[in-house]
Amino acid sequence: MRTFFQEFKQYGNLFVELVRKGIKLKYRRSYLGIIWSMAEPLLTMIVLTVVFGTLLGHDGKDFPVYILAGRLIYTLFSQSTTNALKSIRTNQGMIKKVYVPKYLYPLSGIAYNYVLFLISLVVLFAVSISLRVYPTLYMLFAVVPLFVLFVLSVGVGLILATAGVFFRDLEYLWNVALMLVMYTCAIFYYPDAILTSRVGWILKYNPLFCIISNFRSCVFGEMPDMGMLAYASLFALVSVIVGGFVFAKKQNDFILYI
Amino acid sequence: MNSIITLTDVGMRFNLSREKVDSVKEYFIKRIKRELSFNEFWALRDISFAVEKGDRVGILGLNGAGKSTLMKVIAGVFKPTTGTVEKQGVIAPMIELGAGFDMQYTGAENIFLYGAVLGHSRKFMEEKYDEIVTFSELSEFIDVPLKNYSSGMRARLGFAIATAVSPDILILDEVLSVGDAKFKKKSEKKIRDMMDMGITVLFVSHNMDQVRRICNKAVILERGRLIKYGDMEETVSVYEGMTR
Repeated sequence: MRTFFQEFKQYGNLFVELVRKGIKLKYRRSYLGIIWSMAEPLLTMIVLTVVFGTLLGHDGKDFPVYILAGRLIYTLFSQSTTNALKSIRTNQGMIKKVYVPKYLYPLSGIAYNYVLFLISLVVLFAVSISLRVYPTLYMLFAVVPLFVLFVLSVGVGLILATAGVFFRDLEYLWNVALMLVMYTCAIFYYPDAILTSRVGWILKYNPLFCIISNFRSCVFGEMPDMGMLAYASLFALVSVIVGGFVFAKKQNDFILYI
Repeated sequence: MNSIITLTDVGMRFNLSREKVDSVKEYFIKRIKRELSFNEFWALRDISFAVEKGDRVGILGLNGAGKSTLMKVIAGVFKPTTGTVEKQGVIAPMIELGAGFDMQYTGAENIFLYGAVLGHSRKFMEEKYDEIVTFSELSEFIDVPLKNYSSGMRARLGFAIATAVSPDILILDEVLSVGDAKFKKKSEKKIRDMMDMGITVLFVSHNMDQVRRICNKAVILERGRLIKYGDMEETVSVYEGMTR
């Protein structure tokens, strides 16, 4: 454990450089550049609002805020885990030639998505204000579900990164799994009717739904559901322990398979 | 004894599965049919030797003798199947061209990236930046993405970075064979300067003249085993006898 921290200190700069590289390369040669991190969620929000708000009749003036908050969190989770899943393979050029602690690759992939997420929060803020959802003190509490989400992404990301080295099809399987996660997250519908029905557990046992629901409470200035928070935290903790263990155990074999 | 690298009974085994299994479906089909056989292959076997600080060791051997695998084990890329590798100080590995480079990144950005790979801070690399650009003679192309570089240019940049950060151990795996004659001369001079400062060099090359000029010791590998380790002149002449 001590060498772990020593190593992290030595390679801290590499971690920053890898995050920086991701952001720099993502928007290279695009005219709007980093603005896309704000424009893309805004445009998606408009589409979803038109489809699910206007056409399917979810009225409510703050429905766009509801959608945007949910989708930002879901995108963060799906992008960072997908990124972590592919991280070993995309960095194989480096892995094959120099020694670098391997957890830096999935970790920097996740951190990079967090930075993009923080940038896109500007949009959430702007849309909220313009639709008169004003920030309250609960907004400060949002760091808690966001931290739980980070731990969850790292845990799931490490498991996927490890398995992804040995089984390439996982990339496609995970895409399908993410679709299931998305539909059980109540991103573009109100979950109340489902939650009170017999199949409510499908949502309740989805840790990402719990995190999204907590985050939304903070945005709309309500008290977050502590039961959901506890469940999501526990899930995240277990995943990060399992992920760290699996990754540490298998990381020396990566090079033989990529 | 002042050993900077110590290898004890190092062995490296690879599983050369006859067909690569990397999908879930294949894995289960093969598992049911009991076709998951592995061909074991020892790329290195029972390698033990110590390198002292300031030594320049030439690594000799035919293609497939395990030279690059040995360098990767020492650099920490491979974890040896058996035995241990102990090393002190910062290693700058130059294994193949452009280790740790990103092809989308420009030359300038790669300087900072590769510096970080070697464990240096951004500030430290900023101090070394001019030196690296001047030595690599790439100032005109420094803002061009690396994918547009020729292999010689990449090698020059890699060599310039690896030597500018004054590592304790420099691993050169057939890197000097890429540049043109002028750059070869220049980089040999650079290595000799660093030798005066006490750097340790592991040098893989098929060019015996270069080995003679740079090294003071040499190792011969044959099919993954160490068959000779000793004084450079003596070892090189044994090796030349083998290849004749």
